[in-house]
Amino acid sequence: MQNAIEICNGAHSFKETEVLKQINLSVKKGEIFGLLGPSGAGKTTLINIITGQLHPSEGKSIIQGVDSTLLSGDEYKKIGIMMDHFGLYERMSCYDNLKFYAKLDGNSNDEIDERINRILKEIALFEVKKLPVAKLSKGMKNRLSFARAILRRPDILFLDEPTCGLDPNTTEELHKRILEEKARGTTIFLTTHNMHEAQKLCDHVALLHEGIIVAYGNPSELCRKYNHQRRFLIHLKNGEDVELGHERDSADTIANYLKNDELETIHTTEPDLETIFMELTGGKLNQ
Amino acid sequence: MMNHVRSILWKQLKDTLKNTAILIQFLMFPCMTIIMETCVDIPNMQEHFFSNMFAVMYVGMAPLTAMSAIISEEKEQNTLRVLQMYNVKAFEYFVGNAIYIISICMCGSLVIGIAGGYRGMDLLRFMVIMLIGHVISMFAGAAIGAGCKNQMVATSLSVPIMMVGAFLPMLSTFNHTIEKVAKYIYSEQLYLILNRQGATIIRVDTLVILLINILLIAGCFTKAYRHVFSD
Repeated sequence: MQNAIEICNGAHSFKETEVLKQINLSVKKGEIFGLLGPSGAGKTTLINIITGQLHPSEGKSIIQGVDSTLLSGDEYKKIGIMMDHFGLYERMSCYDNLKFYAKLDGNSNDEIDERINRILKEIALFEVKKLPVAKLSKGMKNRLSFARAILRRPDILFLDEPTCGLDPNTTEELHKRILEEKARGTTIFLTTHNMHEAQKLCDHVALLHEGIIVAYGNPSELCRKYNHQRRFLIHLKNGEDVELGHERDSADTIANYLKNDELETIHTTEPDLETIFMELTGGKLNQ
Repeated sequence: MMNHVRSILWKQLKDTLKNTAILIQFLMFPCMTIIMETCVDIPNMQEHFFSNMFAVMYVGMAPLTAMSAIISEEKEQNTLRVLQMYNVKAFEYFVGNAIYIISICMCGSLVIGIAGGYRGMDLLRFMVIMLIGHVISMFAGAAIGAGCKNQMVATSLSVPIMMVGAFLPMLSTFNHTIEKVAKYIYSEQLYLILNRQGATIIRVDTLVILLINILLIAGCFTKAYRHVFSD
């Protein structure tokens, strides 16, 4: 599968501070890629570099086969971005916000009207389309920001902390929309410090710590790779908890529990991404 | 390019006309001119006294505060970063905003001119002088807005500059010492041009002072311009 995004030896410094160091990664077309890291790890800086808003101090970033620093108007039209800050005009209505950005892309008024109304219905903002953005809740602004990102039917979608500070229902709704975009063939690059989000949505993740990628891979594979304990946690119907190692004898014990209908649940002890991050860096993701 | 400029103009009409703080700047002095010219009648008062005084205040205040507020607000709200993703160039952004601000300011100037009794060629001359003033002030506002990271910093910078530009010409009519300083400010020179009669309305010293003002403001604008999308 062809890569939608490639970064080779990418590095960036703000004056004396080195924010990103020797970043090498690739994102395949049509996949959801998650960049995980605590606040200040360099996630937004990396998005800014990939989208050409920032020139890397060193290395190269390529998006859809084009150097990020050389992106033209037509190439920008294939990129949708939802930023950590909404970037919406507070005094303008939801509809006018979307209309403005659609006009910037050179769409005709008839086409704009139909498409904006359809998207506003899809994200459940049609009823409030004439309301100024300032009067919307945070969840609504988030959905509107997402609507703006998908309005131009992008090939690549950048979502910078898309669910940060949202309630569980809105988060769930947004996850659904993200997966729908993936089903349409859109490549999605999302940053988050929410490990559950990454495990649920992403095909591949990279853990970013102090500007360095400390781990990269499929979330499940990473969890298996760092499963040092290799144990089974068994909960029996009588309320007893049993821990067994990955040994030949354990198979007989588990078989006996099953045979005697004593087994309630059985789990492996694979770590989650948070635990892996802590093991690799000594710090927490959600900082 | 024209599509981006048109879209920004459309956006400003939708957005800034709902911004009362900016709207007041556009409407205050034309309204004050109408009121003063209609209601106040002082014997032996200089012709066009109120209109000229308020016209210069309008020049020093409205385009400067409007431009700096628009740009700094966009920086603060991160909308400039989004515009960058829509491939809007800094030049297109400025042209869109400039057309909007200058158009509204010229409408306000027309009201001031007519309320002040200017007619025919005198009105045309008045409008040309106002246009020069608005363009200089707008660039000063753009330099402040582009150079500041947020609205608070922009306001704290634009207010004193606006006070100097808007009020020194008025104060200089009452105090000779202030006049000595004020004559180096573009708004004072525009005030003097407005008050001059006959063929010698533009003198060499006026042109030199205006040119130095324009060069200084253009220099600040050029320096700040490259930071519009980079902060």
